[in-house]
Amino acid sequence: MKAHYGYKDGSGDYFIVVDTDKCDGCGKCVEACPPKVLEITENEYDIEGGTMATVKDEHRKKIKYSCAPCKPVAGERRLPCVLACEPKAISHSW
Amino acid sequence: MAQVKTQEYWRWPEYRKTVSGRDWHKADIITAGVDIGSVGSKATVMVDGELYSYAIMRTGGVSEDTAIKVTEWALEGTGLEAEKLNYVVGTGYGRVNVPFAKRTITEIACHARGAHYIYGPTVRTVLDIGGQDCKAIRCDERGKVLSFLMNDKCAAGTGRGLEVFADLISVPISELGKVSLDVAQEPPPVSNTCVIFAKAESLALLRQGWPKEKVAAAYHSAMAERIVDLLTRVGVEKDFVVTGGVTNNVGIVQRLERILKIKPLEPQMEPILAGALGASLFAKALYEKEQGLR
Repeated sequence: MKAHYGYKDGSGDYFIVVDTDKCDGCGKCVEACPPKVLEITENEYDIEGGTMATVKDEHRKKIKYSCAPCKPVAGERRLPCVLACEPKAISHSW
Repeated sequence: MAQVKTQEYWRWPEYRKTVSGRDWHKADIITAGVDIGSVGSKATVMVDGELYSYAIMRTGGVSEDTAIKVTEWALEGTGLEAEKLNYVVGTGYGRVNVPFAKRTITEIACHARGAHYIYGPTVRTVLDIGGQDCKAIRCDERGKVLSFLMNDKCAAGTGRGLEVFADLISVPISELGKVSLDVAQEPPPVSNTCVIFAKAESLALLRQGWPKEKVAAAYHSAMAERIVDLLTRVGVEKDFVVTGGVTNNVGIVQRLERILKIKPLEPQMEPILAGALGASLFAKALYEKEQGLR
């Protein structure tokens, strides 16, 4: 399942997408994220349970700003959460 | 000073129903799903995986109380008691506030599962328009979520926004959708990024002398456009269905159909129940798993 966390507002689309089929809940993204946007939670979407990476509640409505330090306007963009994720489960929409 | 009697235009009916004539004494599994939404709370009782009774009411200030009240109301007159429920699953915005629920499952999974139950296995895209947020869900033939997107940053394009608007133009919320369709030509939509801006703009239009039907049309088309915007991110695949409380508003549903050029399936039962139905079905599956039946 592709879980989209974030929002769309007048200035654009801001979503962090977590692919739960790939995410194994290892938590490396949580450690890698400087503003601590991510966390590991119970997978409440599946009755089989398990854990998955999610965007913390308090960041869901402001990830445009929370993630901004990792997104330079010029030069190469290296997102720590995306790089840390071995199964390549995380992507950003902007 | 004389008191002015005011009508609560935003208020929608709260009710309960027993839909099945089955005898629950003979049932193997009785489960319940309690969907505590941001505006409305729904409880469904299922007997052997079939809808038995349900109740719909407003979510009050204390979610725990509402959860108990709505469940008791769904059981009222059936002879069933809360202790007889084999398994209860809580869902919705206030799912952690259902004190007697054994498990909580997100409303996203529940809406997909509930839509699968209401509309059948051909459903691929579920649009849940709730009281305070809007969710676009893609699912497979088993009702399992493949992709979802939720917008809860603003109440624009949700039930709460419509409640606010009903109050503004003094039209009961149950007739709002119909009123908005009573225009010869669709006016340009108002702002769709914020309920307060949309309301302010609508008010300005009313002051300019627009009839309320035309203002309602502008407001509804703004809401519909915003919802479609969200939907395009996950994509729309047939069959397409709409669930949640806003399905009671024909103005929104017909405009969605017009913009998307896809006709949503006709519901066999009230789509507002989708979340609670999904929770009851998950409750059944979880109970069977717990008892080693499956």
